[in-house]
Amino acid sequence: MKPAVLVCSFVLCVYAGVRLLDGDWFLVALWFVGAAVVHDLVLLPLYAGADRVLVKGAGRWVNHVRVPAALSGLLLLVWFPLISGRVSERYAGVAGQSAQGYAERWLIITAVLFVGSAVVFAVRRRRG
Amino acid sequence: MARSFLPTVPARGPFAPDFWRSPLRGPWFTSVLGVVLLGGVTILFVTGLLSYAAYNPDLARVNDKTPGKGLLGFYLFPWPTDPPWLYRLTQGVHVTLGLVLVPVLLAKLWSVVPRLFTLPPARSLTHALERISLLLLVGGALFQFTTGILNVQLDYVFPGSFYPLHFYGAWVFIGAFVAHTVLKAPTAMRNLRHMRNVRDGGEELVAPRPDPPTVSRRGALGLVGGGSLLLFATSAGRSFDGPLRETAVLTPHGGPEPGSGPGGFQINKTAAYAGIRTAETTEEAWRLVVTGPAGTVRLSRADLLGLPLHSAALPIACVEGWSTSDQWWRGVRLRDLAALAGHREPVDVFVESLQRRGAFRRGALRANQVADPRSLLALFVNGEELTPDHGYPARIIVPAAPGVLNTKWVARLTFGAL
Repeated sequence: MKPAVLVCSFVLCVYAGVRLLDGDWFLVALWFVGAAVVHDLVLLPLYAGADRVLVKGAGRWVNHVRVPAALSGLLLLVWFPLISGRVSERYAGVAGQSAQGYAERWLIITAVLFVGSAVVFAVRRRRG
Repeated sequence: MARSFLPTVPARGPFAPDFWRSPLRGPWFTSVLGVVLLGGVTILFVTGLLSYAAYNPDLARVNDKTPGKGLLGFYLFPWPTDPPWLYRLTQGVHVTLGLVLVPVLLAKLWSVVPRLFTLPPARSLTHALERISLLLLVGGALFQFTTGILNVQLDYVFPGSFYPLHFYGAWVFIGAFVAHTVLKAPTAMRNLRHMRNVRDGGEELVAPRPDPPTVSRRGALGLVGGGSLLLFATSAGRSFDGPLRETAVLTPHGGPEPGSGPGGFQINKTAAYAGIRTAETTEEAWRLVVTGPAGTVRLSRADLLGLPLHSAALPIACVEGWSTSDQWWRGVRLRDLAALAGHREPVDVFVESLQRRGAFRRGALRANQVADPRSLLALFVNGEELTPDHGYPARIIVPAAPGVLNTKWVARLTFGAL
């Protein structure tokens, strides 16, 4: 059954794929495959490696760093264009709204996450 | 035997099973994330197809950014005008849910990454096909999420126009997604039903030499859920006004409103960006050209004010996922203008704007949209004249239509043959 399912799915993928590639086919294919490659061979090893270093450094209290860092990193990953300011000019021109302040707000959220985690850490440590 | 001459090289690095140490990986963890994605991606796909239909791409070439769609437009239907918040709901769900699923997708990919590193790369033809399918699945998922997330931030770095990339990309992805669901969902469901006791399928995800746990599986799922909740809390507010919008602190069209007063609601494209010159919108210069079987009529704004004016409370909802609550619009009914052009029955209309740039400076509306008594050529909003950024001297407003089809700075309406 498996080959039949896969072949059926490829029919749809190819039908849509030739339309997807109708344009700058090389760049589109690069984005499509590159997304998987960059995620699997760059992003994932980077955060997994960082996590390993963290576990070694922080020991049993690792989650008090890991959780706020992961949440902050997630926000940065999703909103990188706005936080980094690379679309500020276009956004302000198109939408008539300032694109300032995204980096500051991200930093504030990050600070709140770490402070919150530190408070929980302190409470837990006092209780032993 | 040729085989015996080949020295057996022990698998190294990520190809060695004991390279992967996390005690979290296993069939239960992957199954939970998989089932969440099964539900979530299905909703994303359906709301995405609805958004595509909402543009009425089969109505006129100007509405169709994917003229080569062929069979992929099989399901298209005339987009309704009721309920008036329909597009606001479907597109708000599409974009907000997409953001909320980012951590679930990342966790799911993390949970199965050891499988990427298998030797030999393909054991059989079926295995090779399966791995190609997985490349389409993973590449497709990341391509769709990335193009969508970049587009709502106006970061147009992707290679081409957003509409065809995101539409055809969705179909490639869903092809692989359906195959993956058919092949894996039964196992995932079984894994969940038996919780962690019985495992049949996915055992190879379990690390053979795990590190001591630093977090429980439930704790890890809690982190994923926390990430989703954080993205939801900082973005969902942009589908509402006032204090709720202010909670969308990291999201475009979140935060404070762009001004106060009657025109102080969200703007998709400003007059300056669209290239509207004040000189061409003055009382003396601007004329609305209405064409139909009765010939061509040129109406000044004063002429329009002399026609019967009607009101409608309707939202603005953008493909980028943000929306406003109802604004109070006042203007001339599109069906009255159709009658003026010589059509007794409502017909399609081709709308042209003064704007010099933008993919939708020309757009078409279907007869059912023209017929709706709430569809207006609006001259006022919230009791005041339109502001330049909201389309002065006149703009279209149609219930449930995507924002870009509510053309601003209207210059010409051609009723009938598109």
